Amino acid sequence: MAEHRLLTAHVGEDGLDTLKGYERTGGYQALRKTLGMTPDAIIEEVKASGLRGRGGAAFPTGTKWSFLPKDVFPRYLCCNADESEPGCFKDRYLIDTNPHQLIEGLLIAAYALQVHHAFIYIRGEYHDQRLTLERCVEEARAKGYVGSKIMGKDFDCEVIVHGGAGAYICGEETALLSSLEGYRGQPRLKPPFPAIKGLYGQPTVVNNVETLSTLPHIMERGGAWYKTIGCETSAGTRLFCCSGHINKPGVYEMAMGTTIRELLEEECQGMLEGSELKAFQPGGGSMQILLPEHLDLPLDFDAVAKAGSSLGAGAMVFMDQTTCLVNVSMRLVDFYHHESCGKCVPCREGTYFESKLMHRLEQGEATLEELATLEDICDNMNGKCFCPLGDTATWFVMSAYKAFREEFRSHCGAAACPVRHPVVMV
Amino acid sequence: MALTDSLRSTITALRDRYPQPRSAVIPALWAVQEAEGYISAERFADIADLLSITPSEVESVATFYSMFALKPRGRHFLLVCTNVSCALRGSDGVVERLESRIGPSGSTSADGTMTWEQTVECLGACGYGPAMQLDHHFVENLTAEEIDDLLEHTEKYLPSHGEAHHGAADAHEAHAHAEPTSENGESEPRKGRRRSAKR
Repeated sequence: MAEHRLLTAHVGEDGLDTLKGYERTGGYQALRKTLGMTPDAIIEEVKASGLRGRGGAAFPTGTKWSFLPKDVFPRYLCCNADESEPGCFKDRYLIDTNPHQLIEGLLIAAYALQVHHAFIYIRGEYHDQRLTLERCVEEARAKGYVGSKIMGKDFDCEVIVHGGAGAYICGEETALLSSLEGYRGQPRLKPPFPAIKGLYGQPTVVNNVETLSTLPHIMERGGAWYKTIGCETSAGTRLFCCSGHINKPGVYEMAMGTTIRELLEEECQGMLEGSELKAFQPGGGSMQILLPEHLDLPLDFDAVAKAGSSLGAGAMVFMDQTTCLVNVSMRLVDFYHHESCGKCVPCREGTYFESKLMHRLEQGEATLEELATLEDICDNMNGKCFCPLGDTATWFVMSAYKAFREEFRSHCGAAACPVRHPVVMV
Repeated sequence: MALTDSLRSTITALRDRYPQPRSAVIPALWAVQEAEGYISAERFADIADLLSITPSEVESVATFYSMFALKPRGRHFLLVCTNVSCALRGSDGVVERLESRIGPSGSTSADGTMTWEQTVECLGACGYGPAMQLDHHFVENLTAEEIDDLLEHTEKYLPSHGEAHHGAADAHEAHAHAEPTSENGESEPRKGRRRSAKR
C-alpha cells in the first residue's frame, strides 16, 4: 500500500482552489445528490461509512450527529479549523489546495443537520487561508451554492468564516464556541455537550476540516464503499503531517492500517543522511512518545492507543539521535504553559511549575530531588484539569521521562547538554 | 482620535453577519488592528458601543488572544516559530540571528521597520521549518543566513502586491504571474504562501 489519495487526489491540478477548477474535478456533484436525499438518510450513510472525527478524538461522526435533539431549532454547525497542535498542518494544506471541497462538505453536513448558519472557525495565524475561504464562499454564493434556495432546493444556509486571534485552547470545542460568541476562549463544563447546548445555547455540531472534506467523497460513492478503505477499526484515509529529521517532510494521505514504517520509509523517504530514528510522536505535541520498535504499528486509532499513545491530530514528528528529549519536552511544556487559558488551577499552576522545572533541568541547574518532583506535578494535573489541555501537558514529558530516564537524570547538574555534547569517558 | 467612518461601517457590517452581535468582537478587533496597526484603549469603547457590550468586556477579549497588538509595532511584524518541528530544523539559529540584529524577542529595529517575536505556539508549517510569519504571511524553510536578506529586502518576502487579497476571477492568474526577478533578471524562488502547497 502506498499513498491512497482521496481528499488530495486532484492536488496540483490547475485552478483547484477556484470554483471552476473544483467543478472540473466533479466538485459540488455530491452536494447536488445529497440535496435530493432526506437528512436522516445522509446521517445513516455517514454512520455506515465508519468515519471517525479527524480532529484528534476519533469520535464516530455519524453518531455525533445523531445526538442532536429532535425538533430543537435553530441548530448550528461549526467547522473547527483552529488547527494548532504542534506538528500539525494538514487542515491548512486542505484549505490551501482544495478549499471548495471543505465548503461542499460543510454544506452537506449543514443540510443533514438542518442548519441555516454554518461557521468556519479558523485560527488567526491562518490569515491567508481565511481570505481564501472568504473568497471561495463568495464564489459559491455567486453560483447559488450558499445563501437562500441552494441549488434551487428548499434549503437556506449562510456560511460565515470567522478568524481567531491566537489561542490553542480554541481548538477545544466548547472553548471554540465561547470564542465564537465573543468571549475569552475558555472551555465550558460538559455535560451539557454542544449537541444539546452549544453555540448561543442551541444544539451544535463541531467537526474538523478533514472530517468535513471527506463528506463529498462518502456521499458521492456511498458509506459502504468508504468503509472498504482502511482497516476494521479505522475506515478510510487520513492525512498525516510528517516533520522532523526526514528527507521529505510534508502531508501524505494514507489508507488507515498502513504501517508507520511505510509512511516513514516510502513517503518521507526515510531519515536524513547520518540520522537514526531515536523517537517519534505519532499524534502531535500532546501525544506520548513512541520508539523505533513501534514503527511496525499500523496507522490505526486503536492499535496506536494500545501501544500507549494516540494518532491524535495526525502529526508525525520524527527525531534522530542528536535530539535532546529534555529540550523537546521543555519546548512542549512551554507551549502548554503559554496556551493554558487560566480557568482551572491544576493546569494554570501545574504548567507554570512544569515549565520552571524543565528550564532548570535543561540548563543543568536542577538536582535529582527536583527532578523527582516532576512526576508529582504531572500526577496532580493528569485527569484533574477542567479540560484535556492540562492533561495533555503531562503526556509527552511523562512518556519521555519514562522511556529516557537516564537522559533526564544526566541533565541534573550537567555543564552542557549530555546529548548534544556527550561527555567522553577516557 | 475618533473612530473613522470607514471602520465604523466595517464593524457594523461584521456585526450584522452574526445571529448575536457580540460574536463580532474578534473580527472587530482585527479590523481595528489592520487599519491602525494596533488597538488602543479608546477603541475598546468604540467597539463596545457598536456591539452593545461594555469596554471592559472588549478588553477582556483583546487581552486573551496573543495576536492582538495593544501597543504600536514596527512597520513589519515577524513571528518566529520555535516549537518542536521548527526547532529540529534549526529555529534556534534564526532566533540568535534576530537577537543579534534587532535585540531580544519583542524588540523593534532602530529604524522602526521591523518588530520581531518568537513564539512557542506552533504556526502550522512543521514540514517547512524553520518557519515564520511576516505580516501574517508564511515564510518557510528559512536559514539563519537568509535572515539578513529578509531584513534588508523585506518586501521580497511578502506575497506580491494584491495577491493575498485577490478576487475570485484572477486567483489563478496571480499564482501564474507573480514570480519576482532579481536585479540581474534571473528568476528567484519566492518565499511565502506558494510553498504551502508543496508536499
